[in-house]
Amino acid sequence: MEKILLRNVDAPDSHTIGAYRSRGGYRALEKVVREMSPERLIDEIKASGLRGRGGAGFPTGMKWGFVPKDSPKPKYVVCNADESEPGTFKDRLLIEKDPHSIIEGTIIAAYAIRSHTAFIYIRGELSFGAKVLGRAIEEAVAAGYLGKNIFGAGYDIDLILHRGAGAYICGEETGLLSSLEGGKGWPKVKPPFPATHGLFGCPTVVNNVETLASLPWIVERGAARYAAIGTEKSKGTKLFSVSGHIRKPGVYEVDMGYPFKKFLEEDCGGVPNGKKLKGVIPGGASMPVLRADELDGVTMDYESFQAAGTLLGSGGVIVMDESTCMVRSAWNISRFFAHESCGQCSPCREGCHWMEKIFRRVERGEGKAGDLELILSVSGNIMGNTICPFGDAAAMPAAAFIKKFRPEFDAHIAQKKCTVSAS
Amino acid sequence: MALEFSPETHKKFDAIVGRYPKKEAAMLPVLYLAQEEFGYLGPEAIEYVAAIMDVPVARVYGVVTFYTMLNMKPIGRHHTQVCRTLPCALAGAERITAAIKAKLGIELGETTADGRFTLSEVECLASCGTAPMMQVNDDYYENLSEQNVGEILDRLK
Repeated sequence: MEKILLRNVDAPDSHTIGAYRSRGGYRALEKVVREMSPERLIDEIKASGLRGRGGAGFPTGMKWGFVPKDSPKPKYVVCNADESEPGTFKDRLLIEKDPHSIIEGTIIAAYAIRSHTAFIYIRGELSFGAKVLGRAIEEAVAAGYLGKNIFGAGYDIDLILHRGAGAYICGEETGLLSSLEGGKGWPKVKPPFPATHGLFGCPTVVNNVETLASLPWIVERGAARYAAIGTEKSKGTKLFSVSGHIRKPGVYEVDMGYPFKKFLEEDCGGVPNGKKLKGVIPGGASMPVLRADELDGVTMDYESFQAAGTLLGSGGVIVMDESTCMVRSAWNISRFFAHESCGQCSPCREGCHWMEKIFRRVERGEGKAGDLELILSVSGNIMGNTICPFGDAAAMPAAAFIKKFRPEFDAHIAQKKCTVSAS
Repeated sequence: MALEFSPETHKKFDAIVGRYPKKEAAMLPVLYLAQEEFGYLGPEAIEYVAAIMDVPVARVYGVVTFYTMLNMKPIGRHHTQVCRTLPCALAGAERITAAIKAKLGIELGETTADGRFTLSEVECLASCGTAPMMQVNDDYYENLSEQNVGEILDRLK
């Protein structure tokens, strides 16, 4: 499997512009600015089949295509570096080890929609990443890749690094825009979509770090080569962050369509300490959990995960062995969502706290008959009834844990204690 | 004496505001400046930021109360934040928190009497492959154990 996103991360001083350029960095940007029209660039990215790597999987070229060409308003591109999905740490690796691929990708995206101001919105907690990116932006300015008239081709582009201040919801694109406008990170009602009414009401594209970091390679090697990797509907490579009960945790780059079981057992070394696999969350904590017996035939791409009743999401793979109490895991995740709900929509603001409270009660051995039905009912009432996808992200895993591991939840209630683990 | 930025911070403020297409978009960086200069964002700091940003005080309160990294009360010199989310929990994060509590003699949300440490639990910090972990001010400490966490805290004066 060819490394596209991780091609630079192990090189010495990979975060510096010297190392990046010696490995072919900024050649794609030069080609774009000197030789390609924005329209041709958008067609090229459409042809590559690249889909958004932040979690939703929306085709990137199509997203760019929605931006009106003739708008009198300024246009903006925002790189979403607010990586906060539990179990996901791929963007942090790229930020710290290959910041120039993100900067180059962001400028390419800006050129595609004729934007002259771009932002990188990085989550506040990533202080080190912000320092690395800040230095890389200074290097890019000094080298003439950012600023006025880059490559002498008459294109101006300014890039602003903006730090968040601690809120998961700012990873949702409209919540991010509200935050970048200087307010609370409250998501906005769609439509209108950011492509026409985004930052300050102007046409805006928000793309994830990994999506943007894929662009230089695609431009340089050609869309056809990228589209030759992966499956019919999931093209290219994807980064997966692997954590939990696994021998070799870390960030892996995988050709879309790779067998999931093989990945866990061979590439990641399987479950340590002679324990059996019990469950795995494949796409970050927002995505439904899979039982070990559900992994047969599942491949690592958008369609196969969906067919298995879950989603690829951010590619945050959380592995749980047989000693894991699933009630406690469900409670932990419900607590995350209760803590991070932004409070704008009642179903989510109230429902997330109710679910957390009931899961906690069951986990402590104080659950009563009907508690699980109550959680399922609350989850069902949140699902689809909120402004942004956060509501679904909180509702889906809660219901999945109960449905997939029902006997364990029932036993917890009946015996008033955990029957699985001492942890 | 009402709070205000030092001349040096004022220069930074002007530079930051000058970068953004709209002044209000500079709210978070300006609040970071204020937090750095004043130590925390109490009522006076919030009123000052509202004045220099040309927005109502209530708007700044809304922002400050929304984000976890903006502190409305003074905190210790080393803000010790242990990740509690699932991947870290699977790796024994609770034992790390318990070890820190025992060592420092404080509960979550409390500050040691000498003002050295404030202890918090936080949600996922994108360090799941090196769990359990904590962040102290700007720095990550990964692959923690009950033994090494004590040594790390001892080094922080």
